Amino acid sequence: METRIVNLKEIVGIIGGRILTKQPKFDTEIPSCGASDLMSDALSFMKPGSLLLTGLVHSQSVRTAEMAGLAAIVYVRGKIPAPEVISLADELSIPLIASPYGMYEICGRLYSAGLDPVMK
Amino acid sequence: MAQVPKFTKVQELIYELPIERVMKKDVVKVTPDTSMTELKEILRLNRISGVPVLEGEKLVGVISIEDLIKALVQGDVQAPVRKRMTTQLITVLESESVVEAVKKFAQYKVGRLLVVNEQGQLRGILTGGDITRGLLETISLDYHAEEISRYRAKHIFEDIISDQTSLILRYKVKAKDFKKAGNASSKLKRALDRLGAVPEVIRRVAISAYEAEMNLIIHADEGGELTAELQPEVIRVTAIDHGPGIPNVDQAMSPGFSTAPNWIRELGFGAGMGLMNIKRCADSMRLESTVGKGTRLEIVVFLRQESGEQQTPDEERGPQPS
Repeated sequence: METRIVNLKEIVGIIGGRILTKQPKFDTEIPSCGASDLMSDALSFMKPGSLLLTGLVHSQSVRTAEMAGLAAIVYVRGKIPAPEVISLADELSIPLIASPYGMYEICGRLYSAGLDPVMK
Repeated sequence: MAQVPKFTKVQELIYELPIERVMKKDVVKVTPDTSMTELKEILRLNRISGVPVLEGEKLVGVISIEDLIKALVQGDVQAPVRKRMTTQLITVLESESVVEAVKKFAQYKVGRLLVVNEQGQLRGILTGGDITRGLLETISLDYHAEEISRYRAKHIFEDIISDQTSLILRYKVKAKDFKKAGNASSKLKRALDRLGAVPEVIRRVAISAYEAEMNLIIHADEGGELTAELQPEVIRVTAIDHGPGIPNVDQAMSPGFSTAPNWIRELGFGAGMGLMNIKRCADSMRLESTVGKGTRLEIVVFLRQESGEQQTPDEERGPQPS
């Protein structure tokens, strides 16, 4: 499959996403994507500017995104984080997106759309 | 954030910014029949130095304070503008870029340029001040917040003279305080950003500090202290606690090994990757621990990678307490 640069707006459309935080810059380009429920793992392989798919709705997912310089987080399986997690993300300007689909399906959809994996 | 040198941004803008973006559109004008006395009031009340002269919609001349002074000196202050105005019109097109205006100002030594459209109709007025203001506004939209926030802190190492200057930041980390986990690292990350460190260095320090902080929260009996010593060439992050200590440091370093309780997995940690992550991010790392006494983890990240000061990652262990 041809990989290409996908922007945040397209991604939200592809995964049926709902923005949980304040309006992000929808034209932000996302070069790659990774999925993990283990934050130490994510810290180890995620690249700056990439998108994280996770089922971990705890504030540590937001901290991980902050430290690793990630573009945004997608919470899978319809999971919604607590309000304080959302306000932390707003403070740090990290967009949080909720998707009703499961991790596997979201991975499939984004991969098929041409989004590069972080581990190439 | 890319660090584009400011002066090329200005040069870029001078060629890209169209005149219509910076000109004054709300133009004060006079007719050829306006008297010089009336002109005097118009100039005074609007605090301007010149106005275009329009006959209906048609641009016929321009009249300035200089013309007024000449009229006053010659006692001709009742004359109509028509008699004293300059008919040589120095104009620029609204679609042209600011560089054209800059050229005209240099060539003609006038105070203002008349901005017209393709049909020659007056669309606005442009002064040197308008250009400056327009450039500054456009630049500051991109850089304002970033520069202000960096300027203040960045000069600490330049302005304070000593043989060696260090800035030491200390953060207390409470045991089992998962709500606040990451707070200390987050503050450290922000401090580095304010001090103007390179994004890649900030990322490596932030990830190392975060993993170290998580270890303190997960494992330390009474929490501990996260200390960052910042120097212009190197950042040293140290995590110290007073218990329980690590029985086998080599084992602790091996990937996948974890003594964290199971419920830590719910926070996404406890996979045994923390120390490996730190080792990967740091230029050098040292872990020392004594059971019953405590543990000391030291992480070093060099800032000036290109000057060949990079060390290969190494790790030592010893039985000494902190």
